[in-house]
Amino acid sequence: MSGSARYLLSRAGQAVLVLWAAFTAGYVLLQLLPGDAILIKFQNPELGLSPEQIAEIRSYYGTDGPGAYLHTLLGFLRGDFGYSIDTGTPVAERLAEGLPATAKLAGTAFALAVLIAVAVAFASCHTRLSRLRGALQAVPSLFVSVPAFWLGIVLIQVFSFRLRLVPVIGGSEVQQLLLPVLTLAVPISAPIAQILARSLDQVRAQPFVPVVAAKGASPGWILWRHVARNALPPTLTVAGLTFGELIAGSVVTETVFGRNGVGRLTEQAVNAQDTPVLLAVVVLAATVFVLVNLVVDLLYPVLDPRLRRAVA
Amino acid sequence: MRPGLILSWALITLVALWALVPGVFTGYDPIAGTPAEKLRAPGPGHLFGTDAVGRDLFARVVHGAVHSLSGAFVAVAVGLLLGTLLGLVAGSVRGALDEIVMRVVDVLLSVPGLLLALTVIILLGPGTVNVAVAVGVGSVASFARLARSEVVRVRRTDYVEAAFGSGGRFAAVLWRHVLPNSLVPVVALAALQFGVAILAISTLGFLGYGAEPPTPEWGLLISEGRNYLATAWWLTTLPGTVVVAVVLAASRISRSIGREDG
Repeated sequence: MSGSARYLLSRAGQAVLVLWAAFTAGYVLLQLLPGDAILIKFQNPELGLSPEQIAEIRSYYGTDGPGAYLHTLLGFLRGDFGYSIDTGTPVAERLAEGLPATAKLAGTAFALAVLIAVAVAFASCHTRLSRLRGALQAVPSLFVSVPAFWLGIVLIQVFSFRLRLVPVIGGSEVQQLLLPVLTLAVPISAPIAQILARSLDQVRAQPFVPVVAAKGASPGWILWRHVARNALPPTLTVAGLTFGELIAGSVVTETVFGRNGVGRLTEQAVNAQDTPVLLAVVVLAATVFVLVNLVVDLLYPVLDPRLRRAVA
Repeated sequence: MRPGLILSWALITLVALWALVPGVFTGYDPIAGTPAEKLRAPGPGHLFGTDAVGRDLFARVVHGAVHSLSGAFVAVAVGLLLGTLLGLVAGSVRGALDEIVMRVVDVLLSVPGLLLALTVIILLGPGTVNVAVAVGVGSVASFARLARSEVVRVRRTDYVEAAFGSGGRFAAVLWRHVLPNSLVPVVALAALQFGVAILAISTLGFLGYGAEPPTPEWGLLISEGRNYLATAWWLTTLPGTVVVAVVLAASRISRSIGREDG
């Protein structure tokens, strides 16, 4: 037991280290380099501010002096991400406003992506028609080649303007969520489908499958009890890796559909060169990514009994 | 070679020719339009139709190829050079330096590519070259990780041991033996990243961080067509289809590299 405790501790330690490094790199790039947001906003000659006054503003925002890094780091640990230079409001407040909408969009999209991936992978592994199989195997590379922003536009065109199934403005919450979720889910589903299909094929080629079949197991039993179970771990790893794309994809999706959320906030922050907001979004994205992948890593021994011994 | 692969090479060649000699493929000007012919649907005169100021959309797509392709080349070059260098150093020196480089790669991988690109853009400002560099920085981590694993594999082989044993200097052995034998998967990744870069550059162009209007950059074309969704479907659909086709071709070619049967 002490072995698995040590494993857990070392993986958690690595995750904390990566997050600290991500914060530090982001801080150095976004807060320390010249040409930062404060200069851009307050150096305008029309404002008539002297360099001393700019220095004062700088210390007010906590971006000056040797203690600034530590100050910002401690702030991040407490959930205080500083102030938006664009609007002057706390960054944490703006993030909190956007998070529920983005979480709903990204969560639903992830669930749909998994459904699409499972459907595509199982269909391509179990069809006897070689043409259909070839077509299904090509689906992931097609999905990953479609620009998300273009997919969103085409969906609006088809479902809102041609078929008039989804209103462009207004409509129920489900209607509003439908097209953005589909836009975000399609590119995410591609890598999951690809790995799941490949793992299913590999597992089915292993000698234990005919042995189980010879013992009289039905095809359904073999599929769920043996093949799918063994194909799950690599698929889970890839599904964890798509969480980064989920956050990046919501920037594009929220912009195309005019939805408010963290993605839209990111786009506005880049336009206004609002570095504190972007730093907070980058750290948030890295945190979600690292935590999800930490959980996936820790799930591995639970799913695969063979790994339990290796860990302990 | 299989038909899909031949088609992919043909498409990439065609788009490369669009970038090099656009005048051969279209007689229309991509910037100046004929207002009398605005918003024409695709037809014999205008293959892809015309936009709101009467510019031929096919001409704009053809002339836009140079922006997307050169951007993708810069992006892949940045990722390939920086990433392979980092991977080569980490994989051949090993020890503490290896640990540090790979932890940096972990950090880069933990931030989604688009956010990494946006961070670079907020620093460098918008513009075509900056967008290309930003996309390239986003792919450094994947190149570094792959190059390192290849270098570690090649370093254990007998011929590298033999080269060291026969008195080869460290840098010379790296250059003459380790690097060339580690490159095939890296080149395959470069081909894949070429498609990914075209996708990312058009996304950033769509968000408005790349070329300025009236440049016919592909992402910008789609963004401009957004205002005519209800009346002119071709303005967004056709340039987007071209992007999808090019990215698909690049990924098909990438899969064929390093495999004898293609």
